[in-house]
Amino acid sequence: MKFSLGLAREGAMERLASQGVSRRDFMKFCAAVAAVMGMEASFAKQVEAALTDPRRPSVVYFHFAECTGCTMAVVRTVNPYIDELILDTISLDFMKTLMAAAGNAAKAALEQAVTSPYGYIAVAEGAIPVKDNGIYGMSGGQTMLDTAKKYLPKAQAVIAIGDCASFGGVQAAAPNPTQAMGVNELMKHLGLPTQAINIAGCPPHPYNFVGTVVHLLTKGMPELDGLNRPKMFYGESVHDLCERWHHFSNYELAPSFDSEEAKKGWCLFEVGCKGMFVDNNCPKIKYNQTNWCVQAGHPCIGCSEPNFWDKMKPFYERIF
Amino acid sequence: MSGHQFQAAPVIPVTPRSSYFGPIVVDPMTRIEGHLRLEVEVENGKVKNAWSISQLYRGLETILKGRDPRDAQHFTQRACGVCTYVHALASTRCLDDAVGVDIPENARIIRNLVLATQTFTDHLIHFYVLHALDWVDVTSALQADPVKAARIAGNISPRPTKAEDLKAVQDRLTAFVNQGQLGIFTNAYFLGGHPAYYLPPEVNLIATAHYLEALRLQIKATRAMAVFGGKVPHTQFTISGGVTCYDALRPERIEEYRSLYKESREFIEQVYIPDLLAVASYYKDWAGIGGCTNYLACGEFPQVEKDINSLWYPQGVIMNRDLVGVRDFNPAAIYEHVAASWYEGTEARHPSEGVTEPKYTGLEDKERYSWSKAPRYYNEPMEVGPLAQVLVAYAKGQPEVKAAVDLVLNHLGVGADALHSTLGRTAARGIHALTIVQKTEVWLDELAENVKKGDTKLAENHEMPDVAEGVGFCDAPRGFLSHWIKIKGGKIENFQLVVPSTWNLGPRCANGKLGPMEEALINTPIADPKRPVELLRTVHSFDPCIACGVHVIDSKTNEVHEFKIL
Repeated sequence: MKFSLGLAREGAMERLASQGVSRRDFMKFCAAVAAVMGMEASFAKQVEAALTDPRRPSVVYFHFAECTGCTMAVVRTVNPYIDELILDTISLDFMKTLMAAAGNAAKAALEQAVTSPYGYIAVAEGAIPVKDNGIYGMSGGQTMLDTAKKYLPKAQAVIAIGDCASFGGVQAAAPNPTQAMGVNELMKHLGLPTQAINIAGCPPHPYNFVGTVVHLLTKGMPELDGLNRPKMFYGESVHDLCERWHHFSNYELAPSFDSEEAKKGWCLFEVGCKGMFVDNNCPKIKYNQTNWCVQAGHPCIGCSEPNFWDKMKPFYERIF
Repeated sequence: MSGHQFQAAPVIPVTPRSSYFGPIVVDPMTRIEGHLRLEVEVENGKVKNAWSISQLYRGLETILKGRDPRDAQHFTQRACGVCTYVHALASTRCLDDAVGVDIPENARIIRNLVLATQTFTDHLIHFYVLHALDWVDVTSALQADPVKAARIAGNISPRPTKAEDLKAVQDRLTAFVNQGQLGIFTNAYFLGGHPAYYLPPEVNLIATAHYLEALRLQIKATRAMAVFGGKVPHTQFTISGGVTCYDALRPERIEEYRSLYKESREFIEQVYIPDLLAVASYYKDWAGIGGCTNYLACGEFPQVEKDINSLWYPQGVIMNRDLVGVRDFNPAAIYEHVAASWYEGTEARHPSEGVTEPKYTGLEDKERYSWSKAPRYYNEPMEVGPLAQVLVAYAKGQPEVKAAVDLVLNHLGVGADALHSTLGRTAARGIHALTIVQKTEVWLDELAENVKKGDTKLAENHEMPDVAEGVGFCDAPRGFLSHWIKIKGGKIENFQLVVPSTWNLGPRCANGKLGPMEEALINTPIADPKRPVELLRTVHSFDPCIACGVHVIDSKTNEVHEFKIL
């Protein structure tokens, strides 16, 4: 089902009706969103309320030491689509990758958003380099360290998107030359109480991010696991969800990538798969609606786990 | 290409210019990948001097030392999530070279297919999502007559456009603006009108509608990539010796790719290219602004793996804009300068000679001012990327590229000289996308044919040598990329990346020569120093990727490593 809610949300239902979308269709859509989030059907009502509330909640998106891969994952969200998300659902008031303004005009947009009486949700992509007072990462004339210190604690909620913001990521891999930290480690380091929700993955699935945003807007804080990841997305292991699991349980293990067994789609444990130590929903949700690493014949490298760069290495050797 | 003639082509506008004297700082630079600060000095409304300042240092190469060489691709791919895959490919080619493995034919085709898909997808995302708002005034689109706009759209593209569809976009945006929360358009330079924007409202409306459409279309183009690559960004299917995606050889998967590909190709042929020509025809003054002097392309899409003469887009070097005397590329002539970078020392070195200690001085320093190094080729700054790739191919008479370039030049009624400009750079990106998307199906058919004949070989096994070295090149969407590895004791002893954005956006070198983007900005007219959209146009025309561009090499030893040059 595809439709646009339009932008001014007053009279949203009337406008939907004029597009030939019945309330029944719309509620079906809301139920689908609820299902994606792993919620009961009754939750659709709250989705509806969030999608038709006249004022779109402000979201301020920070890029720290990162590769913009998480952003590129988010712009490929399909439920809702990115244009629906940023035009109809949230007000993306600061995000360097998409925003029209630059320089001082962009800084003013940020200042306007973070001083709004309505408040804002902060999203952080990337780790924060702390070594030498943070000089290894700067933007807008200040260190990322100062930016994080200044704007993250004041947010109504902080979402750390991706492995870098969640746990430090690639730049924090040994020997971590710039002493890069994820948001929660940084807040602890600074003695601040702020706790970010971690949407782990490199990149994370956009479902897991958008689902968390919608949850925050409709129902508040989702239930988190011990690593601050929403349980609804990170509650099962990749191994348990894997479509090759039955090969594993039958000891059907591909010995190499050029083998007949690899061609037959056998389990990749012998060639390095770390799926049994990784909690994520990739086999169920699939990336880009079509595939995921193991389906593409490549072992899982554990990209949603803390410090997987060091803990899961070497990626092509059996883990035990 | 459509064959439809675009007729509007107005007279060349006079670029507006203020009488401003003084500095302009753009920080943060937005609609790019990474963290860039730009400082320029303006005299009488024209840029006199420019400093391109990369603001992030991550130390990926330091992190790579001592690791399993096979793991490198996953680390290097995290250099950039926008031009994803290209680092995985360069690292994998680098390792193929080091371990001496020859990959199966299907692996070569699949690697090319994914790179082709990445390239045309990246270019269309750049044009609409990262670059369009430099030329397109979204608020002016609200004033457009949708019927007239639909007529113009029908003239520039074979794809029918309905006035009511454009009206729906206009209504959606009007409601958005009236609601008062401008989101990503907050404080846009075009709000309230800007003298440097001169598209008619109807063309603004067409482009705005296509901006929104492109946001949807790129999802499908990326999905096509993921059929082979597992996920995007950060594909996970390459290995030294080939690829792993046996699942993608199933006929229904190849057809899934084909159908997504076809939709992307139609969009590029019938929307992107016509829009590019339409916008360009109103901004012809930008064919005289923002040019560079020298170009470097390492070539791409091997038709025989590791055979430099089989590259479908050829390698080559153009000095002083001389398209007649295009030369072969010599990897030994690359030197990285640090004299104006935040590193110790002043000596320029070949990328294979690891050195340098970070030494930050401060934003007020104009002598050392960037985390980026300054690569030079025979001591000259070189532009890399689509314009270099297209110019080298054009100069060498590559038939598909020549035809596409001539078509674009004829449409716009300009000569090849116009390509050395901001507009030329943006047009070359479209030409690059178009030629590649049109070739992709040929490669897909080759793959389908091989599979039909029963050839499903995708990988070749190999041993990890104790000591080895190698290099991998990739002419990525943003240009010349090279990875260099040295293996000792079966581990990475040294790993180097020389990436497109250090070439284009690096600072001055030891000889004081400006980096290509700095050079391109000189003489840029500035209409309103508080809203310097003109700077964004030229900066964005390079499609900067700063996370890629920030790297450091071995911080401890001054050892000179010898690398074999392919």
